[in-house]
Amino acid sequence: MENLAAAPEQPIETASIDDAIAYLKSNHPGAIKLDDRAGYEGIIVDPDHLVDVARVIRGELGFDYLSSATAVDYLGEGDHMEMVYHAYRTGGGGALVFKAQTDRENPAIPSLTSVWRGADFQEREAWDLYGIRFPGHPNLKRILMWEGFHGHPMRKDWREAYYEEELKPFDSRWPGGHVHRSEEKNVFGKNVNYPTDIDLNRLMDSSESAVYESLGLGVDVERIMDKDGFETNELVVNMGPHHPSTHGVFRMVLTVDGETVTSLEPVMGYLHRNHEKIGERNTYLHNIPFTDRLDYISSMGNNHGYVLAVEQLMSLGRKYNPPTYRCEALRVMMVELSRIVNHLWAIGFWLNDIGAFFTPVLYFIQERERILDFFEAVAGSRMMCNYMRFGGLFGDLPERIKSVSNLTNDRVRDYNTMQFLTEMINERIPRTIDELELLLTQNEIVLERSVDVGVLSAEDAINYSAAGPLLRGSGVAYDIRRADPYSIYPELDFDIAVEEEGDMYARYRVRVTELRESVRILRQILPRLEATKGESIWADGKPGAYQPRVPHGEAYGRVENGKGELGYYVVSAGGRGGSSNPWRYHVRAPSFINLTPLGRMSQGYKVADIVGILGSIDIVLGETDR
Amino acid sequence: MELNLQELNATEFPVPVELEDNIAITSLSQLYNWGRRNSMWPMLFGLACCAIEMIATASSRFDFSRFGFEVMRATPRQADLMIVSGTVTKKMVVPIVRLYNQMPEPKYVLAMGACASGGGPFKEGYNVVSGMDKYLPVDVYVPGCPPTPQALLYGMIALQRKIDGQSIANGDDVPWYGVGSAEPTPVPVLGPDIIDPRQMDMIRRQAESAARDMEALGLRELPAITQIVAAKAETAEAVAEALPADTDALNVVLPTGGTPWQEAEDIREKRRLRALARKALRATRRAAQAEGE
Ligand code: SF4
Repeated sequence: MENLAAAPEQPIETASIDDAIAYLKSNHPGAIKLDDRAGYEGIIVDPDHLVDVARVIRGELGFDYLSSATAVDYLGEGDHMEMVYHAYRTGGGGALVFKAQTDRENPAIPSLTSVWRGADFQEREAWDLYGIRFPGHPNLKRILMWEGFHGHPMRKDWREAYYEEELKPFDSRWPGGHVHRSEEKNVFGKNVNYPTDIDLNRLMDSSESAVYESLGLGVDVERIMDKDGFETNELVVNMGPHHPSTHGVFRMVLTVDGETVTSLEPVMGYLHRNHEKIGERNTYLHNIPFTDRLDYISSMGNNHGYVLAVEQLMSLGRKYNPPTYRCEALRVMMVELSRIVNHLWAIGFWLNDIGAFFTPVLYFIQERERILDFFEAVAGSRMMCNYMRFGGLFGDLPERIKSVSNLTNDRVRDYNTMQFLTEMINERIPRTIDELELLLTQNEIVLERSVDVGVLSAEDAINYSAAGPLLRGSGVAYDIRRADPYSIYPELDFDIAVEEEGDMYARYRVRVTELRESVRILRQILPRLEATKGESIWADGKPGAYQPRVPHGEAYGRVENGKGELGYYVVSAGGRGGSSNPWRYHVRAPSFINLTPLGRMSQGYKVADIVGILGSIDIVLGETDR
Repeated sequence: MELNLQELNATEFPVPVELEDNIAITSLSQLYNWGRRNSMWPMLFGLACCAIEMIATASSRFDFSRFGFEVMRATPRQADLMIVSGTVTKKMVVPIVRLYNQMPEPKYVLAMGACASGGGPFKEGYNVVSGMDKYLPVDVYVPGCPPTPQALLYGMIALQRKIDGQSIANGDDVPWYGVGSAEPTPVPVLGPDIIDPRQMDMIRRQAESAARDMEALGLRELPAITQIVAAKAETAEAVAEALPADTDALNVVLPTGGTPWQEAEDIREKRRLRALARKALRATRRAAQAEGE
């Protein structure tokens, strides 16, 4: 293996991960060492050579897709900061994990935006939350918090205003059992804290240009907004964060020439709820309901990615039972139902955006209600299912699905569960999809508005780390369920939806095909559920440990969620017995990273198209901002 | 909404029987309220997960139009009701207050879900506002995470009941029937952390006192005010000692200042001292315990 560079047995772009690492080592001796911490994988690259090594990884080794780039603060565990990158091949296969370390005092790591444009927002996030600088980054501004915020909040030594203790459960609550309101302990009676040297006199700038400051627009806002002169016909248009078409609290700042968009800058963070900071104080189990609230349209899918990541870590330990077959089948069923909900919702609101205001979406919401009834009966909640557990599930299917609401106009529900499912999967949902296709697929207005609009080429889609229907709509057949399979997907029969054109219409078509493929999967799940009836959902017949001790190590669990690749990077820094709280908990959010190419996709189109283009990406702000 | 004159007819003035279906004699307040409660247009404005349930409530299965919430308007200038449907972040509260100021009076705020009511699951997050009522007056709180559509409908109907009880005669009840329009709510500013303009003076004072404390405590690098307060507590049996020996530390009463604002601040100061005293007490106990062992 040492001499792979001299005589490769297989072409380098398809060599196994180990071979790839060996090739890198022979190519860059001294710059690369294996990451030999217990439970860690991949290589550690000397920051000075990072860009070169990344070029080789992408170009020669064929890892063309940068899935995730995130920072970890190892305060007290070596006292350094680390950037962790996961690169994949769009041809399929596992990750090449590489890392670069820097000191905490003055952290800086060269930017990889010149290699993968998909690193853009992720590096900005690392700067915002960890204070790592990225020399070479074109626009290194804060992305989730606002410019001027005090400190970099994800650092381990940064404390929030309502700080109580490092880790949950807090002493006061358990076993102490004292409840208090954090407001009462804060001097200001609010969730705020200020540096002692705060200068209040400088803050009162409320001029119009302040609204656009700190965005790095690359345009002179003052000049453009001066409408007295005739020499300018460029205009800055602000959309959001309150705008009916931004799917939540998302903001776009466009520069337009006439009606044509010349540049677009997405602005986010209006729903930044500090998921990761809270997640690192939480125990592993605590985090499951929090994942529900990421992409709140498909909470089951979020659960799945997270439990996969933690299970991956737990499997490193001694006592770990993988989930049973029935459990896996149930998981897949829930996830596919979520995907259906997600795509119906996405298509419905995209139609809103291109002008079919609220009529189509009402029909899709109707269908969603049906699925939510089922979730409610199984998991206890319509939207926030909190259903999966490490190594199992919250519960098996109930015998019957009963009405829980007592609305007088709500027909009383009492169905046999399997019958309900069979009817829903075999009749109702296919009927809805047929109807949807009948009315929309050849609809002249839909075609007129969406064909050749918002085009993203295949190369760009890969390079910008686009995922999900956005990637597949550009002709890249990359679906994690096939490319890097998990759960029982390998034995299920389904096709990857892919369209070549890369426009809005292609994305719509991908979603419709995926709806049909999901139904196909569900049809295969039904007999599997019948066959495993009575089998436990837990490996040894009873629920696993309430508070698992997770062994030392790192894991990256990813799933194909409705919106694209959802990944969880989890680090457990436990001692000998493992730890019950994650040291690092990072969410690779498809909604966030899919926005990286938005600016590029929008250039040259009309303002009215922008709304549709955003809708065709399908974002949800809970996940974008986390 | 069906016109129900009997319901509206609320005086003892007799209406001839043959005119009962055509004429009602009622008070002006009641007529106003009746009109307002039945044409309450919410603002089309979603914040987070709760917004999805709000949309579900608006859609055909639950359909809040049945109760007079007719149609959601995208512009605040056409809306009567702001449903704060989700987590309010510091970054977002600035536009929210601006939107509220842009709504014409009479206007109402409904806090939907745990987040909007008090911070919810994300309360301790550094970018999260612990409840909409820290910045705007809230009329109805709907618990849940997310509240089911039924719960939201219930909350909206509760708001209608509230409107029913309002009267023009009582200016405090419905300030917009008074003279002129109300003062706009001051819009928060994004500084090192979010700044409520109403707290400007307090922040300045706290910053000054924290700077003094830093010197007194010999602290160097604690950047934030509350951390200095905490550090004071660390060193501060001192705080307990500073109080006269016979004071019940948990019941310190401070003289209250003149303005309501001052008063609120004093109460907070009192709470703070209590917390410090409690902490000192606990430390003493722990020390005693350690000695015992
Ligand atoms: S209350 Fe719950 S569902 Fe509503 S916004 Fe907050 S986290 Fe989401």
